[in-house]
Amino acid sequence: MQRTLTSWFSGWLQGLGALALLARDAFVAVLRSRTPWRELIYQVYFVGVKSQSVVLITGAFTGMVLSAQTYFQFHKVKMDTATLAVTGVSMCSELGPVLAALMVAGRVGAAIAAELGSMRVTEQVDALRTLAMHPVDYLVVPRLLALHIAMPLLTLEAIAVGIGAGYMVCVYLLGIDSTYLWSNMLRYTDIPELMTGLLKSFVFGGVIALIGCYKGLCCGEGAEGVGRATTEAVVYASITILISNFFMTMVLAPLLG
Amino acid sequence: MIEVSKLRKLFGTQTVLDGVDFSIEKGESVVIIGRSGGGKSVLLKHLIGLLTPDGGEVRVAGQNIANLTERQLLKVRAKFGMLFQGAALFDSMSVAENVGFAFRNRAGLAPEEINRRVTEALAMVDLRGIENKSPSELSGGMKKRVGLARAIVYQPEIVLYDEPTTGLDPIVADSIDRLIMRVRDRLEVTSVVVTHDMRSARRVGNRILMLHQGRIYASGSPEEIFASQDPVVRQFVDGVADPQEIGF
Ligand SMILES: Nc1ncnc2c1ncn2[C@@H]1O[C@H](COP(=O)(O)OP(=O)(O)OP(=O)(O)O)[C@@H](O)[C@H]1O
Ligand SMILES: [Mg+2]
Repeated sequence: MQRTLTSWFSGWLQGLGALALLARDAFVAVLRSRTPWRELIYQVYFVGVKSQSVVLITGAFTGMVLSAQTYFQFHKVKMDTATLAVTGVSMCSELGPVLAALMVAGRVGAAIAAELGSMRVTEQVDALRTLAMHPVDYLVVPRLLALHIAMPLLTLEAIAVGIGAGYMVCVYLLGIDSTYLWSNMLRYTDIPELMTGLLKSFVFGGVIALIGCYKGLCCGEGAEGVGRATTEAVVYASITILISNFFMTMVLAPLLG
Repeated sequence: MIEVSKLRKLFGTQTVLDGVDFSIEKGESVVIIGRSGGGKSVLLKHLIGLLTPDGGEVRVAGQNIANLTERQLLKVRAKFGMLFQGAALFDSMSVAENVGFAFRNRAGLAPEEINRRVTEALAMVDLRGIENKSPSELSGGMKKRVGLARAIVYQPEIVLYDEPTTGLDPIVADSIDRLIMRVRDRLEVTSVVVTHDMRSARRVGNRILMLHQGRIYASGSPEEIFASQDPVVRQFVDGVADPQEIGF
């Protein structure tokens, strides 16, 4: 029991170390401007444009349900017009970045791990290396940059759509006075909340890309290996997002608030 | 050009290479033969630094590449071209992009020049007009030949071929043999060919090395190997299985 625990822990630490080395390699490659631009543009398109529908739907329905539920509770204490303020703050600083990142982890993180994993098992990564191209430069850097660029934009979209959809629900379904609703929302949702959300989403983008690339490049043999890499990429990225979100909230709130 | 000494490689508890020693001169063409699963592909991957040895040295042009970092290895690899046993074409790219890939990080060539060289290399492997196909639309033998074109298009000093003629029809196999000989004779290219095909081994090799039980078991000119009286070599050259391997 103790031995399996020890070996699990050392395996976990090893993975973390390898991940850190990958991050450093990618960082150095970006600084030395070894970015393959064509790949980057394609990846931004793949990550950003193709994730729109998922992120929009997530944002809209989260904003709607949050507004409705908040109203049901606030109505009891006659605070109806504060409803959208709650929606605004939580969409900006928590739900927008986290839910958008979780959706993108499921879509893009899995795709990255599957693509790089199958490239590894079919020796395409080795072929890249024989052609004097570093896998980090060619495969990791464009994906990492693409997610760093696209994630904040997607989050911004999710936030905007969430607040918009929440507003609709409040005004047209629940019959709250729109002027008070809107001015209260603006009073509580300000630049710091938005900055928190964007900063978090920037970090989450990196988390998704690095874990996806790491799992793909270190994937086991065969179709089974690729399958496992894909699942693990999504699971680990999601868990990392949720855990790091808590710590970022604790650090950012006093800094920006 | 390439010196291998006491090379050892283990996968888990399985010892695949157990003290391999040989050296290859510049411009020489060496054929490596050996049983399936004997570690030929593993050996070839050590020569270009794709695998790191568990012991021993691999020297390329005097430099020990066994403990270089990946970035340092990239410079060494620019000298090499390699054909993989499974072709290993990039399946997200067209055939032309695959073959021209090496020019991406070799600055200074105009796109027209690259196109011309790609077309020329494809013509050399007897494939014309498939530039815009994707690798998934090709047959196994065609993939192999595209892989070959990709390995030689930038005129490397050393070319490693992992079973270049396996899975090809005899006519194309013959033309690939000729191509390997032509590449070898032009510009003093050093070639290392892994093959099971004894006929092509005899034709393309200046020297044959036989890998057996993790070591170089026999080495010599094709004539010497084919005339060898050693039972292990004889068995491989004649292609006869041990009786107990057939019984079932
Ligand atoms: N990445 C790896 N992980 C674990 N074992 C490996 C790996 N690569 C090769 N091996 C093992 O090393 C041995 C030699 O493999 P290798 O591919 O070099 O054989 P080969 O001589 O090229 O055979 P063939 O002629 O069939 O291609 C095999 O037993 C194989 O199981
Ligand atoms: Mg092999």
